[in-house]
Amino acid sequence: MKVSIYRYNPETDREPSMKEYEVDTQGKDLMVLDILALVKEQDQSLAYRRSCREGVCGSDGMNMNGKNGLACITPLSQVAPGVLEGKKPLILRPLPGLPVIRDLVVDMGMFYNQYEKVQPYLQNNTPAPAIERLQTPEDRAKLDGLYECILCACCSTSCPSFWWNPDKFLGPAALLQSYRFLADSRDEATEERLSRLDDPFSLFRCHGIMNCVSVCPKGLNPTRAIGHIRSMLLERGI
Amino acid sequence: MSIRTITFDAIVVGGGGAGMRASLQMAQSGFKTALISKVFPTRSHTVSAQGGITCAIASADPNDDWRWHMYDTVKGSDYIGDQDAIEYMCNVGPEAVFELDHMGLPFSRTEEGRIYQRPFGGQSKNFGEGGQAARTCAAADRTGHALLHTLYQQNLKNGTQFYNEWYAADLVKDDDGNVCGVIAIDIESGETVFFKAKATVFATGGSGRIYASTTNALINTGDGVGMALRAGLPVQDIEMWQFHPTGIAGAGVLVTEGCRGEGGYLINKDGERFMERYAPNAKDLASRDVVARSMMMEILDGRGAGPDGDHVFLKLDHLGEEVLHSRLPGICELAITFAQTDPVKEPIPVVPTCHYMMGGIPTNVHGQAIKLSGGHEGEDQFVNGLFAVGEVACVSVHGANRLGGNSLLDLVVFGRAAGLFIEDQLRQGMTQYEPTDANIDQALARVRRWDESTGGESVPALRKELQSVMQNHFGVFRKGDLMAEGVAKLADLRERIAKAHLEDKSKPFNTARIEALELDNLLEVAEATAIAAEGRTESRGAHSRYDYPDRDDENWLCHSIFDPKAKKLGKRDVNFKPKTVDTFQPKARTY
Repeated sequence: MKVSIYRYNPETDREPSMKEYEVDTQGKDLMVLDILALVKEQDQSLAYRRSCREGVCGSDGMNMNGKNGLACITPLSQVAPGVLEGKKPLILRPLPGLPVIRDLVVDMGMFYNQYEKVQPYLQNNTPAPAIERLQTPEDRAKLDGLYECILCACCSTSCPSFWWNPDKFLGPAALLQSYRFLADSRDEATEERLSRLDDPFSLFRCHGIMNCVSVCPKGLNPTRAIGHIRSMLLERGI
Repeated sequence: MSIRTITFDAIVVGGGGAGMRASLQMAQSGFKTALISKVFPTRSHTVSAQGGITCAIASADPNDDWRWHMYDTVKGSDYIGDQDAIEYMCNVGPEAVFELDHMGLPFSRTEEGRIYQRPFGGQSKNFGEGGQAARTCAAADRTGHALLHTLYQQNLKNGTQFYNEWYAADLVKDDDGNVCGVIAIDIESGETVFFKAKATVFATGGSGRIYASTTNALINTGDGVGMALRAGLPVQDIEMWQFHPTGIAGAGVLVTEGCRGEGGYLINKDGERFMERYAPNAKDLASRDVVARSMMMEILDGRGAGPDGDHVFLKLDHLGEEVLHSRLPGICELAITFAQTDPVKEPIPVVPTCHYMMGGIPTNVHGQAIKLSGGHEGEDQFVNGLFAVGEVACVSVHGANRLGGNSLLDLVVFGRAAGLFIEDQLRQGMTQYEPTDANIDQALARVRRWDESTGGESVPALRKELQSVMQNHFGVFRKGDLMAEGVAKLADLRERIAKAHLEDKSKPFNTARIEALELDNLLEVAEATAIAAEGRTESRGAHSRYDYPDRDDENWLCHSIFDPKAKKLGKRDVNFKPKTVDTFQPKARTY
């Protein structure tokens, strides 16, 4: 099958280009990450990130035939019709909207900055008990669909609002994390957290496009989390 | 050659659970602490831990006792776990786990609002007399992910200085062998830097990638063990590799023991629940070494499933959709993705898969690295300036076989313990050992070797060959002649890897260069494993030999110590002196 990969090495290339490779999958429906490993055996200069190879570490977010996802849990048959059969090439590009360091490796700095801005850690100034802080199963259930985020950046880099204002709009990943702490019965900083989001950009640049929901490899729903924060801000304003 | 120097009080190499728990401790206390990680910390392998963290917090059973946990762990280790270290871990454990809750870790909950605990293999009440315990604290089946993210968040809060995507290449020692810091490469720019510190803490994790089939992340290349061995330091019990009973056949992806804790069980091709024959009491919740061997016997006796009869099945469908989706949601995802199997409807094809390195750099409970005065024999001596915590360390709480859920506890307890100890030492005034230019130059030699290579074999091909040697010669069952052959093949590989070629010499984000450096480490770990495995002439825990089928307490109730300089295997005493409880005496190990 044919694979077309975005290549750019700042040391040697004036501009990026797409490079074609031929890979023998022996007819198997391999994961995209397996294809990258086969290409790297041919051409060791290819750079990409990878770690767990099972969809939990979030290293290998990339754009596959136009859609963001994790290479390690995306089988060829799911990329696009015809790719597995070799009728269409597999086209791999770095996540859009972030500066490219080399090949498929992007600079995640802006993405991480936005994550840090939401103060993504539990804040509770009440002295801790000798055991755990109690939490009902119902309160704990409010964190499901939030805490599972793996910071792969597939969502934020598919979001047009983030492309336009990556410095001012926090983006779906950071906002999901923000709500993860707003929703935690053990957290006491609700008011401060909401105050920091109450400006025209941080949260309200979300226009409900829902690209984030469509690409999240963990099936999470940042748009819903953003909706919950909106409601909290609204209630607070009344 | 002069390179840039960056100075800290303490540097931690590795951004998994152990490293981040250590760095958090020191950063909280205001010491200048750097964490060097070859990946962004939440990409570390701790993220893949599923089932939970075993600890007697007395939630599932209000009468639970850390001493029962200690008994299980000593027995699980097949009696070569150090009893003082196991005592410390099980006793301090609850405090360390409650801290994780206070930091925000989203544990699953009981109706009483306490942390949910599930049964895991090898767990008992009342020193093996009271039946199965439920002692593993869980955040659904994503406990490692929840733990790692929580620790990263707390490190952000407390101002740890992160050097993410920096790769530590080698230790820098002074002329007397004291550790002064490490050489590290900024992967993004390619720059090589000397990190100087009073304390260097290795938290580099395991090395499962020495095997062709492993549950381990691609990054688990034994960098810490490699650096220690190249620095002439010994490793302990390195022949002890855990094969996890349930890796997804073909893919190697882990399926948590929590599946069996929740009531799942293994069946052979005839649908028989075969563990009833091998472990009549604990059945599927026997210790991992026992279950893995039983599975291999089924397969070798022709009762394996599939066209090649090379796996068995993990049956979960009887638990019902609701339990599976609430308690084991991640497993359902993984099984569908990697086995094209929905566990709600069908059993998952599984096979024992390399999972965990019980051995590593010998340390005491404070994480201080230990060497022997005579290389492979003699008195314990500290390696000044060097500490190790987590999977890279052999403290040893796991001995010859680790119990499920004890690795996460090991990480937080000993990451924390090392942090506390170093803090205290820094307050009292810790020595900064100063290397000469020649010392630094020596540590740079390996990086330079690859950068100046002009021809030779390629890294991916050599790596594949190494992994297949380990898979075929040092698997679940071992045999003297087969291992001797393996040792010879590794000696040949050592010569070839020393002359291998790095084609791409570019600087920015050169992952080929990192993979070449990792290959050196894989070789160090593989060779140490091979020589130690051949040398331990008995069967104990995970080390099971056809030619020496019995445990030999007379000769081998001890740690093995591999000295890389002489390539010799020696022995070191196991600690049988816990401080607050009576010694658990070795006895026959049945489940």
